[in-house]
Amino acid sequence: MGSTAGPRGHLRRLVTGITALLAAASLVTACGSGDGGSGGGGGGGAADAKGVDDGTKLTMWTRAATRPQSEALVAAYNASHKNKIELTVVPTDDYQAKVGAAAGSKDLPDLFASDVVFVPNYTSSGLFADLTERVDALPFAEHLAQSHIKAGTYEDKKYVVPHTLDLSVLFYNKDLYRKAELDPEKPPATLREWDRQARAVDALGGGVDGTFFGGNCGGCGVFTWWPSVWAAGEDVLNEEGTEANLASGAAKKVYDTYRGWVRDDIVAPGARDETGTTWTGVFPKGKVGVMPMPSTTLGLMPEDLDLGVAPIPGPDGGKSTFVGGDAIGISATSESADQAWNFLAWSLGDKAQVDVVAAHKDVVARTDLASNKHSKADPRLVTINELVAHGRTPYALKFGQTFNDPNGPWLTLMRGAVFGDGTSVGKDNEAVTASLAD
Amino acid sequence: MQVKAPDRTAAEPRVPPRRPSPAAAPRWWRSRRAKGLAYAAPTAVFVAVFFLLPLLLVGQMSLSDWPLLAGDRGVNAPENYSDITGSTLFWPAIRFTLLYTVIVTAVLLALALGLALLVQESRPGAGFFRTVYFLPSALGLASASLLFWGLYSPTTGPLSRLPAKLGLVDDPVSFLGTPNSALLSTVFLIVWKFAGFYMLILLVGLQRIPHEVYEAARMDGASRGQIFRSITLPLLRPSLALCLLLCVTGSLLAFDQFFILTKGGPDNSTVTIVQLIYREAFQRLNLGTAAALSIVVLAVLLLLNAIQFRGLRNADDS
Repeated sequence: MGSTAGPRGHLRRLVTGITALLAAASLVTACGSGDGGSGGGGGGGAADAKGVDDGTKLTMWTRAATRPQSEALVAAYNASHKNKIELTVVPTDDYQAKVGAAAGSKDLPDLFASDVVFVPNYTSSGLFADLTERVDALPFAEHLAQSHIKAGTYEDKKYVVPHTLDLSVLFYNKDLYRKAELDPEKPPATLREWDRQARAVDALGGGVDGTFFGGNCGGCGVFTWWPSVWAAGEDVLNEEGTEANLASGAAKKVYDTYRGWVRDDIVAPGARDETGTTWTGVFPKGKVGVMPMPSTTLGLMPEDLDLGVAPIPGPDGGKSTFVGGDAIGISATSESADQAWNFLAWSLGDKAQVDVVAAHKDVVARTDLASNKHSKADPRLVTINELVAHGRTPYALKFGQTFNDPNGPWLTLMRGAVFGDGTSVGKDNEAVTASLAD
Repeated sequence: MQVKAPDRTAAEPRVPPRRPSPAAAPRWWRSRRAKGLAYAAPTAVFVAVFFLLPLLLVGQMSLSDWPLLAGDRGVNAPENYSDITGSTLFWPAIRFTLLYTVIVTAVLLALALGLALLVQESRPGAGFFRTVYFLPSALGLASASLLFWGLYSPTTGPLSRLPAKLGLVDDPVSFLGTPNSALLSTVFLIVWKFAGFYMLILLVGLQRIPHEVYEAARMDGASRGQIFRSITLPLLRPSLALCLLLCVTGSLLAFDQFFILTKGGPDNSTVTIVQLIYREAFQRLNLGTAAALSIVVLAVLLLLNAIQFRGLRNADDS
């Protein structure tokens, strides 16, 4: 008996000990998560406009599409602050999946940027911390790109600030304009003039084309066609982003113009197939007269290419732009919200905006800095910076599945309107609305 | 002690051999079993962690309301399954995947067999051609797709403008611009990529056929066609069945090549069933429906594979 009771007694003590240890560990974990829960998120923290710079190591994610801008800001911040940011660049197509997976396992970084059109998905899912008090405490809050702030506002709370701005603008080749006997200082002010000038350049022949666009790329259509509709004073979506107005009179005039270019071969080869991967690579070759381009590509154009920049016009005048790019916020699970805010507040300040953003020929996130020492040297930058106030960022919870999805209803509408006869626009607009309200 | 094997005859019912109880089993047997378990354990753990557990998770997801960004929100069965057919792309994707599978399987197997017949004899240069035909198989499918995307691209690729430069046509050729050209261009990539791989399998099958059988046929005066029909093809059936199984399964699960080359376009004409799963998960952010679709595809594939395995076994038996 005694010989068997001994091991059992040891076993019992061992089990009791392990149980006690597990219980203690779970209590500690529970306390820890409680602390993290209240401390993390940063929304309710002190509304210090500058945040904390105490040597904390922060993590940050951005998508490859805006890598140069993010890298420049992070490098400048790390060089001048005690906090250090470790930036991870994620392939653009994988970004949503990565954020989704990380959100599920509570593994989001302290800071993460997002294509501004997807921000409503993240704010409505509670992935970002509330920044309302912090943003409002900034001395230049009213001058921040309001289209980004609006896209990141959910139930009257602000969750993001502008990170990198990418505007759709017209690029036109001044050399080709001269050859076509057009005034290189008079870019198109209406869609009609754009049409006339594109056709004049196209008539030069010899491999020169009037214009180009991504005809198999929903995102390109949103980015470059919608400003023409906005410039006419119309909207493409209702305020809640649940109903489409893409069969309006102004929208049809835009489709008609593009369809005319396709019909008369004014467009460079490949527009029908262009899925968005190479659409910005056509203009720098110097064989296209005038086309809409992302403003972030201005600094990447060949130095010997004499190009002008102009706002995208509406059918009968006006101007507008799609204020795209990335907005950035602090993840709701971050335990270093004050330190993360230190980076965000710095990134929006005069020094970062002028010496980093404007110096790289990128669009500043503040309208009060539209004219700065760098933009004065290049009037094209002033044109772009001033457009921020005239631009829009559309809001819709189902934006990605409706407009960016290569198999979504907007691309069907686009292609039917431009490569077809345009009669399906009304029916396709209903399909877009159905997807938005899904 | 000698263990007597059960005498299985047609008349006797098949009774599984009695397993000795662990206590009664001799020490060596137990030790051998332990060794077997030890050998199998790493693979078993790998399969359990990386296949069975994810499969169970997908099964649970398929019965749940599971948005990508919000996680599990509770049961949503059977709506996830009934919603599958609600997508306007579902039936076109099924039709296109089947069409693609038929075309690729037919072209690939015919070409692979032709190549295998060409290089089966050990003539001078046969090794060189075997290597050349097999070389594309060494490239990853995503890399190969990207390479062909570059070649086909009307803005950056050389192939699009080549016919116009040679004076054959007026305008650049659009390899991915119409539904038919997109399908055929993708089939061409897959055939280029995989013909050498299937050739290798068939080559092994051809070399297993004894030379004596061919000699006997020739002595009996059989023509080349008769030899091919009556000897080569029947004796090659196991290898052909294996190729068929791999090719059909691979084609039904086609994703990378279409994702990179066409993104399902133009005009949704090349959407495959796996692309639909990807779209549900990462465009529409609905993991529940994506998982339900995955389970349905898995069930169909299991059924098809079972049928094909049966054919493979029959071919082996014959």
